[in-house]
Parts: sequence; C-alpha cells; structure tokens
Amino acid sequence: MSFLVYLINGLSLGSIYAIIALGYTMVYGIAKMLNFAHGDFIMVGCYVIFTICSTLSGNTFVGIIAAVILCTLLGVTTEKVAYKPLRGAASPLAVLITAIGVSYFLENLALLIFGADIKSFSSVVAWQGLSFAGGDLKIQGVTIVTILTSVVILIVLQLFIHKTKEGQAMLAVAEDKGAAMLMGINVNKTISLTFAIGSALAAIAGALLCSAYPSLSPYLGAMPGIKAFVAAVFGGIGSIPGAMIGGLVLGIVEILSRTYISSQLSDAIVFGILIVVLLVKPTGLLGKKIMEKV
Amino acid sequence: MKKMKSFISMMAAAAMLAGTLAGCGNSGADTATTAGESTATEAADGAASGATFKFGSIGPLTGGAAAYGNAVANSIELAVAEINANGGINGYQVECRGEDDELNAEKSVNAYNTLKDWGMQFLIGSTTSACSLAVSENTHEDNMFQLTPSASAADCVAYENVFRVCFSDPNQGLASAQYIGAHKLATKVGVIYDSSDVYSSGIYQTFAQEAPNQGFEVVSAEAFTADSKTDFSVQLQKAKDAGAELLFLPIYYTEASLILTQANTMGYAPTFFGVDGMDGILTVENFDTSLAEGLMLLTPFAADATDDLTVNYVKNYQDKYGETPNQFGADAYDAVYVIKQCLEEAGATPDMSVSDLCESLKSTIVTITASGLTSDTMTWDASGEPNKEPKAVVIKDGAYVSAE
Repeated sequence: MSFLVYLINGLSLGSIYAIIALGYTMVYGIAKMLNFAHGDFIMVGCYVIFTICSTLSGNTFVGIIAAVILCTLLGVTTEKVAYKPLRGAASPLAVLITAIGVSYFLENLALLIFGADIKSFSSVVAWQGLSFAGGDLKIQGVTIVTILTSVVILIVLQLFIHKTKEGQAMLAVAEDKGAAMLMGINVNKTISLTFAIGSALAAIAGALLCSAYPSLSPYLGAMPGIKAFVAAVFGGIGSIPGAMIGGLVLGIVEILSRTYISSQLSDAIVFGILIVVLLVKPTGLLGKKIMEKV
Repeated sequence: MKKMKSFISMMAAAAMLAGTLAGCGNSGADTATTAGESTATEAADGAASGATFKFGSIGPLTGGAAAYGNAVANSIELAVAEINANGGINGYQVECRGEDDELNAEKSVNAYNTLKDWGMQFLIGSTTSACSLAVSENTHEDNMFQLTPSASAADCVAYENVFRVCFSDPNQGLASAQYIGAHKLATKVGVIYDSSDVYSSGIYQTFAQEAPNQGFEVVSAEAFTADSKTDFSVQLQKAKDAGAELLFLPIYYTEASLILTQANTMGYAPTFFGVDGMDGILTVENFDTSLAEGLMLLTPFAADATDDLTVNYVKNYQDKYGETPNQFGADAYDAVYVIKQCLEEAGATPDMSVSDLCESLKSTIVTITASGLTSDTMTWDASGEPNKEPKAVVIKDGAYVSAE
C-alpha cells in the first residue's frame, strides 16, 4: 500500500516537472536556446497568484488567469528585450549567459519586492481528494488535478502543433530557420508565440507546484527548473512527448529512490541516471538524431 | 527603424541593470543609514571624547537567509542607539556597521576585511555557522574579539578569542532529548533533518546519541538536502509507517512550515518538536497557524514573552523596522550588551589596540554574569560556550506559551 502512495507522489512531482520541461523543450526546439530563466517565470507566476488570492483576497480563478497573462507578457518581453538582439551573436553562449542574467534579475527583483521571508501559498485546488482502503491510501485533490492537467496540456500541445498553421510554422522554424523564412514564415512571430506558450505553461506549473508544496520564496523556481531541464534532456530536448516522459520518469525515480535507497542520495541517483542515459543514447529517449551536413 | 529598436533594447537593458543595482544597493542603503546615524550621534555628542568604540557585524543581509542577517544588524543598531542615548560605554560613544556576506563564507571574509579597514574593534558575527567559521580564522590571526550571536556549529568557537551567545548544536540536541525523556512525551520518535546543513545534522547526531539514555527510540531518521526540500511526503510517510508519536524537527521554520502542511494533508498528526530554528513559524505569511497548534520548541527567546526587557525590545524593533524580531535578533541584542558589560568591567577605552581589547575582554567575559533577552543568567567559560537554561514553549491559540 505504501508503494502505491509513493508512486502517486512520484507521478504528481513528475507531472509538474513535465509541465516545466515542456516549456524548456519547446523554446529549445524552436529558438535553439536554453531559457534558464524559465524556472523563474514559475516563481513570478506563483507570486502573482499569491498577491491576487491571498493579499488582495481575490478569486483563485482570476489569480491563475492573471498569472498566465502576466507570465506570457513577461516571456514575450524578455525574448524581445534580452534574447532577440543576441540571436545573431557570433557565439550561442551570449544568449545563454543573458538567460542566466535574466534569471538572477527576476530572483533579485522578487527579493526586493516580496522580501526573503517565505510565504505560505494557499492551494488553488480546494478539493480534498479521494480516500481509499479506510483512509490508508489518500490521494490529494491537487495530485489528481496536477496529473490530469499535464495530460491535457500534452494533448492540446500536440494537436496545436500538428493541426494548426501556427503549429506547422513552429515545426518549420525548428527544422530550418532560414528556409522557413524564405517560405514566407514570420520567424520572429513564431518564436514570440513559442515563448508565450512556454511562459504560460510556466505559470500553470507554478500554480500546481505551489499548491502541492506551499512555500513561496524568490528561489522556488530554481531547483525545479534545473530538474525539469534534466527531464527535457532526458526525454530528448526538442521533443514534446519526450519532455512529458522525462518529467514523469524523473519524478518517480526521485521519490522511489528517496524511499527505498536513501533520502540523501536521491538527487545523486537522478542525475546519475541522466548520465547513463546520455552515454547510451546521447540525444535522449525520444530525441532525433540530426546529421550535420557539410 | 533598426536603430530605434536597438536603442529601445539598450534602454531596457539599462533599466534592467539599474534595477539589479538597486536590488543590491538595498542592503548598502541600510548599512549607510546605520553608519550615518551613528556618525551623527558621535559628532553631536562624542566631540568631547573624540574616540568611539567600533562594533562591526556580518551577516546575510540579502538572499535566502536575509531574515536572520537583518534581524542581527537591526538589533545591533537598536542596542547601540540605546547605549549611545544613555551615555555610551565608559563615557565613549559607540559606532556600528553591518556588512553583507550573502551567506557565503568567502564574502564573509571579504566583509571582515572591509570592516577592519573601517576600524572595527569587536566583531559581532558572523550570523551563520559556516561564515563564522571562516571569519574566525582571521579574527584569531588578528587577535580580534569575536562574539557570534547565532553561529551554533560546534567548531565555531574553537579559537580562544571567539565566544557565542546562542546554544551550540550539540547542546540543543542534548537538551531536546533530555526534555523529551524527562517529560515522557513519546517512546517512538521520528526525525527529519537537513543533511546538507551543519546546524541541522549537528543537532540530530547528539539527539540520536542521547536518545537511548532517555528511554525513547528513534524509529525513523530521514534526511533531506538544500536541493530537495520541497517534497517531504516520503519522509513523513516513513515516520508514519514506523509509528512515530513525536516528530523531532531540528530544522528551520521555512521547511518546517511545509512539513506541517504536508503532514496535515496526509492525515498524520504526531507531536511536533523543534529547536530554535523553529522560532518564526508563526510569522510565515499566509501560513495556517492552526497547523502549528501544539508544536513544542526549545528556544531561548520568544517574542511574546511578557518581561519588561522583551516587551521593550520587541516594541522598539517593531516601531523602527515594522517586523517582529526573531531569536537571532535577540542574540545579537544581548551580544552588544555583553560586550558593553565586559568593557565596563575591564574599564577599557577605545584607544586601546584591537589585540589589547581582545585580551581584556577574553579575561573578563568568563567572570561576568550577564542578563538579557535570551536568559536571565548567562555565564561563559574559556571554551566560548554560554551556560544558560533552554526554555520550552508550546504553541497554543497561535501564540507561544511556556510549556512548564
């Protein structure tokens, strides 16, 4: 029975990683850059919801919508201001460093506005959840909502990319930016759209992350962000189903290794698995092998 | 058009940079006011004597542990302002200055050097264990008197010029185990501790060693690390499965508030028992304090205590900084008065060299009995450890009350 509890906890944690990883992987796939500030978009989303729901005692639904809108704006603005001017830079490192800069900027800004003291987040899911086997097996409402949300997001994203014109444009830009431009695709608009979707996902991930683990601090996005990045690489960066699978595997491995091996070594095991997978399959589980043509 | 766009992005970049600078500058501004105010009082009042005592402090004024560093810096400022208003120490005014170390040992040493250049004579700090440990190498070399308010790791007071106000980690683990044993709170105890933190693991080790002597059994001891401190479901589930009636949490309130919430959602309700790092749990914004009902903690300071000294301190602190002070602040406030008492006892003057002052304080501090916020009677021995009684408090109706 305990095993089932752990497995569900792992699924829940993994689903959150998966939603964050989706944002990482989309931006990487299309803009070919690692947005290290992605984890901090999560944090911004959490603080927006917290401010609206707890400080201004507004409606939870309004809070989530506001967080999604603000994070979307933040993502698009960041892309326009900080990343786009560097897209043509000689070294791809320039934009990577800028992303780290944006990450620190957001963390310090939150520190300045909200202070270093942690705040307790009220769950956006009011439902208490289900109880089985006379209360021995309790599945929290937020766990169920998290898992369902991640599945819905995955399906909607897949449909969007394969069935709509904008989605096809994304695929084209991901394949070959130059050729896409020649075919009349507005590359800048497509990349902005990618950032918008990625950042909106960050806001949703933030709401779920803080509902499951209700402690709010300016650094809350940093570690989940890195783990989700690992999940994205694990699943094959650039692949949407890969990010989903990577996130779920990572979450389950983390919880189960903490349970059955050592509560101290769980991170070492998670990252160890990543190394093994990359050694065996350098492009990740579902990553495509791209042949460099000379 | 191209030009216009790059102009806009440059402006935005400049604005971002300015924002970052303003962010960093915040602590600097605080420090500047501290120094500024003290200098002003000195100019007005200490003109006759000329010399002043210079107290330096180091702590994390920004970053995740800023709550501790700021409490220390603010409380020192408060104590120094009081002392100056009451005629100073041996007739000399006191200046204080706080530097930020961002919880980083290397930066703590840099901060120490900055303070030394400023002319610091005594160091109250560093606020946290790892930083204090690093700085003590330097204070030992310079033979500067160091009194850390809150660095509790055992090794922090290894040098004979370093003393502390707070309890050491081993001491807290021992006291907690003895308290649980003496009051027969439980026979099966679970522990959740932070293995990446010397404070937390230090307390856990002595607690676990003392447990068999106190007639209870540690049935589950689970760790977490600084990088994995969001999900506690596994640790809680294991404690629950092992039948722990009491959960000992030698950790900070930041993680404890999460553990209490998660334990509640999974329907696990043991007695929770914390140490001084738990102080502050009621101040977590938006935290459902009913979850902390019945939580016990050993702490030398509770802001809700009703003695005159505490009431005055808390009131003045709130008036000036708009927050309720925590135990770190109380330790720092006591530290200033302990140094004052020693200086008065020794009849020291600010024109003495740093090394002479250190020698004189070292020999005086072991003879005095101090009374302050964190204890009515505090004494020190040459090891640098304070002797004082821990107080147990329990949270009842959202406030700390004595557990006795």
